[in-house]
Amino acid sequence: MANIDARPGRIRPAPENFLTHEQIVAVKEGRRGFLRTAFVAASAAMAAPAVVQAAVQGDPAILELPSWSTTLGMPVAANPYGLPSRYERALQRRESPGLTRVGGSSVSFTPLQGLFGIITPSGLHFERHHQGWHDVDPARHRLMINGLVKTQAVFTMDDIMRLPSVSRIHFIECGANTGMEWGNVAVPTVQYSHGMLSCSEFTGVPLKEILDMCGADYKKGRYVLAEGADGSSMTRTIPMELIESGEVLVAYGMNGEMLRPENGYPLRLVVPGVQGVSWVKWLRRIEVGDQPWASKDEAVHYIDLMPDGQHRQYSSIQECKSVITTPSGGQLLLDKGFYNISGLAWSGRGKVTRVDVSTDGGINWRQARLETPVLSKASTRFNIDWVWDGKPAILQSRAVDDSGYVQPGYGQLRAARGTRSIYHNNAIQSWKVVESGEVSNVQVL
Amino acid sequence: MSRFSKTLMALLLAGVTTSAIAFERYKGIGRVATEAEVAAWDIDVRPDFKGLPKGSGTVDDGIELWETHCTSCHGSFGESNEVFTPIVGGTSADDIKTGHVKSLISGSSPQRTTLMKVATVSTLFDYIQRAMPWTAPKSLKPDEVYAILAYLLNLADIVPADFVLSDANIREVQERMPNRNGMTTDHGMWPGVAAAKAGMGNGGKPDVSNVACMKDCKKEVEIVSALPDYAQDAHGNLAEQNRLVGQTRGKRTSAPGEPAEQGEPSVAAAALALANAKGCMACHGVASKLVGPGYNEIAQKYQAQADAEEMLVAKVKLGGQGNWGAIPMPPQAHVADEDIRLLVQWVLQGAKAQ
Repeated sequence: MANIDARPGRIRPAPENFLTHEQIVAVKEGRRGFLRTAFVAASAAMAAPAVVQAAVQGDPAILELPSWSTTLGMPVAANPYGLPSRYERALQRRESPGLTRVGGSSVSFTPLQGLFGIITPSGLHFERHHQGWHDVDPARHRLMINGLVKTQAVFTMDDIMRLPSVSRIHFIECGANTGMEWGNVAVPTVQYSHGMLSCSEFTGVPLKEILDMCGADYKKGRYVLAEGADGSSMTRTIPMELIESGEVLVAYGMNGEMLRPENGYPLRLVVPGVQGVSWVKWLRRIEVGDQPWASKDEAVHYIDLMPDGQHRQYSSIQECKSVITTPSGGQLLLDKGFYNISGLAWSGRGKVTRVDVSTDGGINWRQARLETPVLSKASTRFNIDWVWDGKPAILQSRAVDDSGYVQPGYGQLRAARGTRSIYHNNAIQSWKVVESGEVSNVQVL
Repeated sequence: MSRFSKTLMALLLAGVTTSAIAFERYKGIGRVATEAEVAAWDIDVRPDFKGLPKGSGTVDDGIELWETHCTSCHGSFGESNEVFTPIVGGTSADDIKTGHVKSLISGSSPQRTTLMKVATVSTLFDYIQRAMPWTAPKSLKPDEVYAILAYLLNLADIVPADFVLSDANIREVQERMPNRNGMTTDHGMWPGVAAAKAGMGNGGKPDVSNVACMKDCKKEVEIVSALPDYAQDAHGNLAEQNRLVGQTRGKRTSAPGEPAEQGEPSVAAAALALANAKGCMACHGVASKLVGPGYNEIAQKYQAQADAEEMLVAKVKLGGQGNWGAIPMPPQAHVADEDIRLLVQWVLQGAKAQ
């Protein structure tokens, strides 16, 4: 069993076979001196001095009152903007070494291995910038609507924030999430394999309301260009059908506060179900047109290479996918016994209807519990009980959405798309557990 | 005077009417955009060349502009893989004929270059115009964009060395793009209506079909890939990337890192952060050459020189070439003077992290 970080608070039983049958008989006969000697030796071997006392009296965390129970605490507003506990520093956005060479055109990944529920804390929302990020002055930010509209218009943030708003919970996933794993295992943890996924409550105005105001030509104008105000002025083509559905938002709020600068402050597009690159940040312009634009990020990047040498262009939907976030790669199980296998499932086509979990590499499956809320185009948390018997195991999850689509395995995905696609890898993820309790990233077909 | 009324005054002076917009439901919200405003922002160029500005540029002019603005990141021939993936390479005369790059099928090219992938020449014009150069986007005039694009196209033998690219002949160039027939929208991942109904894509039909089998779904489990031993610690110490309590711990993959320094960051730490923030680290390593020389190499070369600080401040500000090889350092106009001085002092003192 993994012994490098003993779990605090446990009063450890003596190791199995610590006392032989003869010794037990001796103890019963009252030869306690022998027991004392043997106990001291065993404690030293465990290298956990607290245990000595623990076995005798109890847990020092209970017996010795800590400073927070015996001294005065901090006043209110000591942190005017609250921060996580200093004990939570391990959970940070991190770059994957060697993935990119320029921080301004890079990715930082959300630490999914340590998160609960479905909402991503705003400070841990993954980042993808194309030419660096700025803290944009909201008083100088404008949204322009032009192209096939009766009235080309300009809106200030004051204007947009006066309009009736809606708040909706949606996942956002980069099209390249899990992209490093198309050909083989490349990264150790779920942070790097699936951490270009976040889920937030977004507040804003349906873009359709604004296009209605401007008198958009919905007959001719079946495509919409969204453009950012950053150096790259990132552009993507959005289908008018999605905007007409009322789902696409011009959003300024995220998880109850304004968007963070790294996530597009003060205004971004929210395109539920569609890959993150279309959720244009620092949104400055919407143009209605009769053709797609073939912008750099839909003609050079974010195109999926198929085995026949063709690239799929304008691939946008994030298909149904799931991953177990704990236990997951790079983690250690400390002991045999009960565990709560927990993970996330999501679909760009609608609601997740079920998630099945396998602990034997996909031979047998059990249906997991979906925790509420279960929302369309939002992350859904699933949990399932598991008693680990200490033997090797391979953990997998498989999600199904309300279109009937079942998350595919690597074999199926590679048969259809080869291994060079980079984008839209939604294969079933496998985590291998070995006797030592170590969990690692593997692929099974 | 408030910011709002200043804006209003400016608009009134410019003869803009703020009431022309007939937003019946949301009275008082939004205003009509002026022609000048739309022209200032509506810079996109579509595959049908809608939005393309008039102008022209020669391959020769492109070479000059390339050396000044582009070489430092992309290499003299657009071949560099140092900072970004290569732009040029992997295409052939045959590809120009067929319009589908053959090495994409065989996978024979180690990397996919921009010109191997891109089907539409408009994409290149649009992107160079809106986003390049890296540290000064939107600073190139249309003729300069034409010239730079002409040079790139010449590097891939799509146009000859004496070519003058212009709005008048760019359609002919499109007919020679090596991967112009290399894109398909026949897939289920376009969320709009299908091509059959005058949209794009296949209407959302997925390309894989799994079934939710529950019992005895396969005979055996074969692990086809696992993380190699040498890559276990490539992402740092995983014990330090997991919570300290809960049902699991992170696996220790390397020695514990130094505990984070408490209190105010040192001057060196601030300089390092600045070097990261201003993009210096994209081209310069601390110890060794990336695109430009390593900071320690610079310190070693100039430390004894009395005017080193002044000389280097000027070099960073205005750019330079020839001291460390042919690749020029572009002017760093986006960095404030006092920041440049701080960075130069830090470099000369050994570019320490703390």
